[in-house]
Amino acid sequence: MSSQPHTVMRVADLVPEGAAGVTLILDGALDCQPGQFIMAWLPGIEERPFSVMDDAPLSLSVAHVGPFTHALCLLQPGDRLWLRGPYGHGFALHGAHPLLIAGGSGAAGLTLLAKRARPRGDQVSVVLGARTADLLMLRWRYEELGCVVAIATDDGSCGLCGTALDACNALDGPQHDVLYACGPEPMLRAVARYARDRALPCWVSLERVMKCGIGVCGSCHCGERLVCADGPVFASSVLL
Amino acid sequence: MTDLCVELCGVKLPTPLVLASGIWGCCAETLVRAAREGAGAVTAKSCSLEPRVGHPNPTVLPWSGGLINAVGLSNPGAPAERDVLRTARGELAQLGVPLIASVYGHSVEGFWEAVRLIAQAEPDFIELNISCPNVESEFGKPFALDPDAAGRVTAAARAVYAGKLLVKLSPNAPEIVAVARAVAAAGADGLTAVNTLGPGMLIDVRARRPVLANRVGGISGPALHPVAVRCVYELAGALDLPIIGTGGVRSGEDALRMVMAGATAVGVGSALCGEGIGVFRRILNELEGLMTEEGIDHLADVRGCAHV
Repeated sequence: MSSQPHTVMRVADLVPEGAAGVTLILDGALDCQPGQFIMAWLPGIEERPFSVMDDAPLSLSVAHVGPFTHALCLLQPGDRLWLRGPYGHGFALHGAHPLLIAGGSGAAGLTLLAKRARPRGDQVSVVLGARTADLLMLRWRYEELGCVVAIATDDGSCGLCGTALDACNALDGPQHDVLYACGPEPMLRAVARYARDRALPCWVSLERVMKCGIGVCGSCHCGERLVCADGPVFASSVLL
Repeated sequence: MTDLCVELCGVKLPTPLVLASGIWGCCAETLVRAAREGAGAVTAKSCSLEPRVGHPNPTVLPWSGGLINAVGLSNPGAPAERDVLRTARGELAQLGVPLIASVYGHSVEGFWEAVRLIAQAEPDFIELNISCPNVESEFGKPFALDPDAAGRVTAAARAVYAGKLLVKLSPNAPEIVAVARAVAAAGADGLTAVNTLGPGMLIDVRARRPVLANRVGGISGPALHPVAVRCVYELAGALDLPIIGTGGVRSGEDALRMVMAGATAVGVGSALCGEGIGVFRRILNELEGLMTEEGIDHLADVRGCAHV
């Protein structure tokens, strides 16, 4: 480590994510586990945690939620982004028929898991939930990776009209032997109960307001755990 | 047979390691977990009378010398913190691990009012944080740089709090011993030495600006350690007050060094970065091993022995 905490990469390409935001594809790679996160800094604006959507090239999917993410969404090819990490404990690969359940921008937290599972011969199914069709993120990426993708939207504008969990219940195909989920906490709680009721192993990626990202400040605590250092990936039993 | 228990101001600590303020201790659950993982006392995050949001991010950064931080004393305010401390205290008491509350104020009155409220939670100690270097732009120089100001704050707290009172000193004081004498005269029962060094600054050359949103921040970790050891050594040589030696301790050897400089207990903070809460158990194992190797039964036997 040097006295410069961040490394710098440039935006190589952009993929629009409908009304939700943008995926930034950077000009470098990062060695990391699926489910780990990085801290992204725009000098003079903010520094926040982001899921690693892809490791090579390093890619981040940004949902438009406030001034900082708005600034990130305005980045153009050639613009620079400052990064530190990866941090936290990610997902380990289990089973042969994983079901990935993502809500909204949580889709960015599971793509790397799908990328690592596919070469093992795993049949990866993905359920993407969003409020409306134009807020769906990263469907293209899961399809590119050869996953079976099911969609649920609150208003029925794409896929099943209902929740991500409704879409899980409607899935055909192989019996899933492990669940992974990333998204809003009410959805994660529902997934945790779904897994418990079916006696399936399940891991979830939690989100909290995070400042340091390195297990010092304590701002991301969830009970006695720190999301940044103990997680962000936890066995779903922590939500029961 | 090595015995890791120590006594700080007459209060028994099951291990000599103290969770330093500002690390982890923002809620009852994390304080209790630190105690279960080997901390012999736990210090809550500093609280002020009114809630504070703190500085925008980046607030804490790792660098080659340790950490630099300008969290900016974010806290829920003394009334809310009092409830957190009450919850923590009940659970910590069952573990036999004392609770140290930490209080910050930007005026003597602010300290006084916050101490009065926090005292209602009946912590085992109250630590006065008069030495945070990260809020100078708002409140001016820390009280810990000036013996008179430090003495005034301590006396005000002493007037409303009959329990064990610690004062956290700054390594930036031109004469730390003079500050310590002033707080001792004003009624402090013990010292925590030291808070972060600086403030310092990191500049990102590609961004062409300071990295911390607050521009400057306190230095902790390995870069602070030798400064902290020297401060503890000077204080222990000049005064007869128990000291929690804090600053860059990340091994059993660092902890024993603090004790040999004159510390009664040893603070651990930045070492949690990267390694996590398991750091307490590792340091304790290393310390026990080193004590066995060196034929030390009790830390009290070697406290201050480096004063040659």
